[in-house]
Amino acid sequence: MTSYRTPLSRVRGLGAAKQGVGDFIVQRVSGAALVVLLLWGLASAIGLARGGYDGATRWLHAPLNAAGLALIIVVAVMHMQIGMREIIIDYIERTSTKAALLVLNTFIAWFAGALGLLAVVIVAIGSR
Amino acid sequence: MSDSPTEHAAARAADRPMSPFLIWRWHVTMATSILHRATGAALYLGALVLVGWGAALAGGPGAYGAYMGVLGSPVGLVVLAGLSVCLFFHMANGIRHLVWDFGAGFRPRTADATAWLVLAFGALAALGYWAYALLGAR
Repeated sequence: MTSYRTPLSRVRGLGAAKQGVGDFIVQRVSGAALVVLLLWGLASAIGLARGGYDGATRWLHAPLNAAGLALIIVVAVMHMQIGMREIIIDYIERTSTKAALLVLNTFIAWFAGALGLLAVVIVAIGSR
Repeated sequence: MSDSPTEHAAARAADRPMSPFLIWRWHVTMATSILHRATGAALYLGALVLVGWGAALAGGPGAYGAYMGVLGSPVGLVVLAGLSVCLFFHMANGIRHLVWDFGAGFRPRTADATAWLVLAFGALAALGYWAYALLGAR
């Protein structure tokens, strides 16, 4: 049956969807967290570059370092997925290309997150 | 009022502002806005380099040595240096964006000054970081 109500009248009074700003907030909170995490990561990287394989393995065996690197990976993946999605949505006009790139972006982000976390776990609990 | 109505209309059309989505004049705040996206896209690859580092470490001494060999090669170092500039700029400009989110720093002179500030920070922080990493504190 055809409804003659306008879209606006149907949603009026229902309140906000409550999730429209979700990505907006995640992007800002993850960005702020990454400032702290990556400054720590950059400071650690200098020692890691000098320590070779043994130094890097020993470094990642420390629980705080493993947790910090795991956090960097998770938060960075969230941040980069939302950021790249925004770029794709803004600049790619063709629906099929846009959809394909959005799916690819999701796959890359989740794969990077899975691989990075798995690597941290393997090294952190592996033999010394 | 001596102006005729047609003269008024012509003057209004000329004064009408152009769409802000049209690039009619390069400006530093526009440059930082574009660079924020460009560096963000570059850092997307940077995150993959970091994940690759973890995977190589998990892969054992052979894989790690090969990966660090690539990162330490001339091309690898240029890429890492570029990524560090991107990171320091994106980080500083991201903080600028966070300040904007609280409604502060929008006055044109302030926005111009902070734009130049984050550009300078991106270059100088990266320079300082590499100088310290290569020459400082052994």
